[in-house]
Amino acid sequence: MQSESAGSPQPKIVVNDIKKGFDTDKGRLDVVGGISFTVEDGQTIAIVGPSGCGKSTLMKIIAGFDRPDSGEIRVDGAVRKGPNAKGVVISQQGSVFPWLTVRENMMFGLNQGTDAEKEEQADRYAALVGLKGFEKSYPHELSGGMLKRVEIARALVVKPEILYMDEPFSALDALMNLRVRTELLRILEKERHTVVLITHDIEEAIHLADRILVLTARPTTIQTTFEVPFPHPRKLTSPEAQALKDSVLRELGM
Amino acid sequence: MDKLKKILPPTALVLVLLAAWWIAVARDGGSAIFPTPLQVVTGTLELAADGTLWDHISASLLRVGMGFCLAAVMAVPIGLWMGRVAAVYTTLNPLFQILRPISPIAWIPIAILWFGVGTASPVFLIFIAAVFPMILQTAAGVHTIEQRYLLAAENFGVSRSKLFRQVIFPAVLPQIIVGMRISLGVAWLVVVAAEMIALRSGLGYMIMDSRNAGNRYDLVVAGMIIIGVIGLLLDGLMRLLEGLKSVRWRYAK
Repeated sequence: MQSESAGSPQPKIVVNDIKKGFDTDKGRLDVVGGISFTVEDGQTIAIVGPSGCGKSTLMKIIAGFDRPDSGEIRVDGAVRKGPNAKGVVISQQGSVFPWLTVRENMMFGLNQGTDAEKEEQADRYAALVGLKGFEKSYPHELSGGMLKRVEIARALVVKPEILYMDEPFSALDALMNLRVRTELLRILEKERHTVVLITHDIEEAIHLADRILVLTARPTTIQTTFEVPFPHPRKLTSPEAQALKDSVLRELGM
Repeated sequence: MDKLKKILPPTALVLVLLAAWWIAVARDGGSAIFPTPLQVVTGTLELAADGTLWDHISASLLRVGMGFCLAAVMAVPIGLWMGRVAAVYTTLNPLFQILRPISPIAWIPIAILWFGVGTASPVFLIFIAAVFPMILQTAAGVHTIEQRYLLAAENFGVSRSKLFRQVIFPAVLPQIIVGMRISLGVAWLVVVAAEMIALRSGLGYMIMDSRNAGNRYDLVVAGMIIIGVIGLLLDGLMRLLEGLKSVRWRYAK
């Protein structure tokens, strides 16, 4: 694996001139107006942009849940046709099944092995995100932060190569947001993942991403790209981070 | 304390009504026909003692049980199928919407024609009464499954059977239980009505027989009260299902 990825500099994800529009009562609405970028293996990129600019539509297309009108997505060189467990979506609303226990939720994506093996794996990841002792709880018995951890763990347990995160933490309060984010970073350090993050929280982007794409208003295109060169663990209060935040905000017209 | 507050007012109301009933009958100079509460109780005890009361109750419950289970076995799969496949829904829904408002009582002549005067007729009538609410609730339940759960299942690439067992069925289960509650209530209404027409057992028969054989209105009233109480108990039984851990999410918060 190691030598292979070193030998071939093939990007993990290639987004090639994606366009998407919808027919509405008032006529055609162009949402995504030609977006191209690449994500290297193991890289985290954040996509920020004004609200309603089409970020979520773009994410749906990249994750395989929607088709572009033109352009294509390549993952590991192959054209994406639909969603699969190689890349798992974590969304703002979350999709932890309320009728299954924490353990059953985490076992959901595991399609191979005996029940005992699945259980063992699920419990290991529950412990990893700090949910030990809650395996038999139902989601409605958990707090918002714990629920988000269940969702992250449920995604990680299937060993996805890519995580698609669509405003994953924006339903959490500021403190919980920071805590779950920090935990995510700790886990991502241990397991190599490629992450596409959509967010409106610029600090979150600077905290997590290697690169930040700033999108324009609808029909959205890439306005600017920022590299985030700071090593982990990052200090968001450092002058460099603050300066970067100001530059991104300026791009967004603030 | 909270429980007491909930139980006390209705109990008091029932007691007041009983008293009013008793006084009204007594002031009438002791009506020859309409019984006092005491006469109803003695009549009930009489029937309980010689065993006929239990026979009537179990006959009615058995018919409801059979018709209801038959309906559930058919309604849940059909409802799920209608919920999942749009073409099935558009084909079957209008038919069920026409059949549903026909009172099961209207089916009695046809039931007698097809099944004669035996156990099969009331079971058929209960089936007719119970099946449509369950079908429609189940189908509606499938339609209200939130898209994000189906997308998550698609994302993890699970098999059809797993999708069904771990997503669709549990997501719809609370609605199925609601449908069952409605159906069981209707079924209980119908069994009594059906038994009044032509049978030799059951609470409905008991009521008609008591009137016909010597104007025993004490037993008529006793039968009515027993039907009411059993109806309440059946509903309570279905409510217990709503407390199941795997459906409580629907009612929590």
